Amino acid sequence: MKKIIFALLFMLTPVLAQAAGGNVHLDSADIDLQNKDSLRRGAKLFTNYCLSCHSAQFQRYNRMGRDLGMTDDQVINNLMFASKEVGETMTIAMPGEQAAAWFGVTPPDLSLTARSRGPDWIYTYLRSFYLDDSRPFGVNNLIFDKVGMPHVLWRLQGWQQPVYETTVDEDGKEHKAIVGLELAEQGSMTPAEYDQAARDLTAFMTYVAEPIRHERKRIGLWVIGFLVIFTILAYMLKKEYWKDVH
Amino acid sequence: MAGSNNDKIKGGVMGWVDTRFPLSSLWNDHMAKYYAPKNFNFWYFFGSLALLVLVIQIVSGLFLTMHFKPDAERAFASVEYIMRDVEWGWLIRYIHSTGASAFFIVVYLHMFRGMLYGSYKQPRELIWIFGVLIFLALMAEAFFGYLLPWGQMSYWGAQVIISLFAAIPIIGDDLALWIRGDFVIADATLNRFFAFHVIAVPLVLIALVVAHIMALHEVGSNNPDGVEIKKNKDANGIPIDGIPFHPYYSVKDIFGVGVFLIFFAIVVFFIPEMGGYFIEPPNFEPADPLKTPSHIAPVWYFTPYYAILRAVPSVAGSAFPGVAAMGLAVLIFFLLPWLDRSPVKSIRYRGPLYKGALTLFVISFLVLGWLGTQPATETLTMLARVFTAIYFAFFILMPIYTRMDSTKPVPERVTH
Repeated sequence: MKKIIFALLFMLTPVLAQAAGGNVHLDSADIDLQNKDSLRRGAKLFTNYCLSCHSAQFQRYNRMGRDLGMTDDQVINNLMFASKEVGETMTIAMPGEQAAAWFGVTPPDLSLTARSRGPDWIYTYLRSFYLDDSRPFGVNNLIFDKVGMPHVLWRLQGWQQPVYETTVDEDGKEHKAIVGLELAEQGSMTPAEYDQAARDLTAFMTYVAEPIRHERKRIGLWVIGFLVIFTILAYMLKKEYWKDVH
Repeated sequence: MAGSNNDKIKGGVMGWVDTRFPLSSLWNDHMAKYYAPKNFNFWYFFGSLALLVLVIQIVSGLFLTMHFKPDAERAFASVEYIMRDVEWGWLIRYIHSTGASAFFIVVYLHMFRGMLYGSYKQPRELIWIFGVLIFLALMAEAFFGYLLPWGQMSYWGAQVIISLFAAIPIIGDDLALWIRGDFVIADATLNRFFAFHVIAVPLVLIALVVAHIMALHEVGSNNPDGVEIKKNKDANGIPIDGIPFHPYYSVKDIFGVGVFLIFFAIVVFFIPEMGGYFIEPPNFEPADPLKTPSHIAPVWYFTPYYAILRAVPSVAGSAFPGVAAMGLAVLIFFLLPWLDRSPVKSIRYRGPLYKGALTLFVISFLVLGWLGTQPATETLTMLARVFTAIYFAFFILMPIYTRMDSTKPVPERVTH
């Protein structure tokens, strides 16, 4: 038994060793992918605010509708703004080169951002824009320095300004560092409402990054249930055969 | 199922086949009358599991090739197409990506079993050599396959490995160019890696596995006691401590398969990325030759060797010593049968020196594996050097400590 435990530990080593995280602190997004209302609100935010510059080129509208509990008509009337077929993917009309000229960088496709950066990163990013006069759009982001994107959700959140703390090092030099953000001007939402909106949008983007996520877990339970029964039967069969081995 | 009881009756369908093809005798030689020691323990599951994972990879890989586009413009999107639009494509892809890591877990444990019980020792040197060749082919297979999804880590991981060849003096740059087929990793590289991944290396792998098993069945399996069961035969010439592989070990292995598949399914259905170790997060961004990721780490199964590579300092601006050390760290396994001078095979009858050495080796392998995932800071590089030294000392000092080591008397027959 001891040996088996040792062997299992050996197999789990890659899991136990945690990857080194970035040096920025990320807030926990605390999303709930079972919550269809949250996902639908996120879809609305995404199609209203993100989908004019960013595509989600791998996500089909009708698949989203099916997975989020909406009919094709609901999707067409509420979430599709360009005249397209409901079976198409979420592409955008803005040409990449022109976008690069306007923003300094082509806005990336957002289909897989939740998998490459993680939901916590998205959630923190959405809440970390602050006023910075040195930037072309007047804003910067705490976890994405010199971000090329304007604060498109400013009508909802309002504007945040940085809180500085000045420290003096051994040589008597002063260092000014941002220690937090405070609301300078509130938008149409309270901070709590805005956090929830950011959470909804993050949840939706997490769904988009892997639409099968919920379904695979559901199927997985059945598969593992089958395998457990199979393994018990295999063990009993083995016992039966091995009776005559001494 | 060729009936093992029917081999005397040469009529019927089996008789017809057997006069034209040695079906019954193949079945008997490798299954029904292949006598394996009766005292196999937990560690003996991993050979058959490795074969299972090979089959899983070939079958899932076959279905992936039906939808994958080996084209730098379309490869990344075709993987997402498989994940979203192909019926059950997500399952096939996760089985294949999990299978890659599972292959290495199973093979590492299988190799460790060989080291525990001296399975590489005389007369099984060729089995071991075929096995190390399989390990090499597996590394090549994994390396070629990892480029195919054309994500950032695919691209930059391949960049790192190909630059290793460029570090070889004189011919290095031309060699790297020849491997890539272009001045940078590009469409030509992806195409040839695809060809190697789906045809060349799998063929070599299957041939080597056949050779590995043929050599094993010629000599007979070792066991946790390291006793040769063929030394004690009954009147019919059957080893007294042997039992027919089928049905005894076939049913036992089916149980092992069940347990393995439970773990496999947990990963496939619940944690396919395995916290970023089986599928690395940056690989969800398409390859961008202009944007180097801040931290490039190879997939976990290469990290012990990557750590060794980084641990060895450059000489005169050339990274070749590190590359050579990394290559040596793999190739040195070939020498194991001749480095080990112990008169006994199994760790059960070996003395404290070998037990200590093997423990240190396992620890150094695991620590190097972890270090390979971390950015190389000064402290960590120092640590990597220490454990690289331990890794090599295990092999280089082996002729000395295995000869000095005390041993316990080996029993005549296997124990329980």
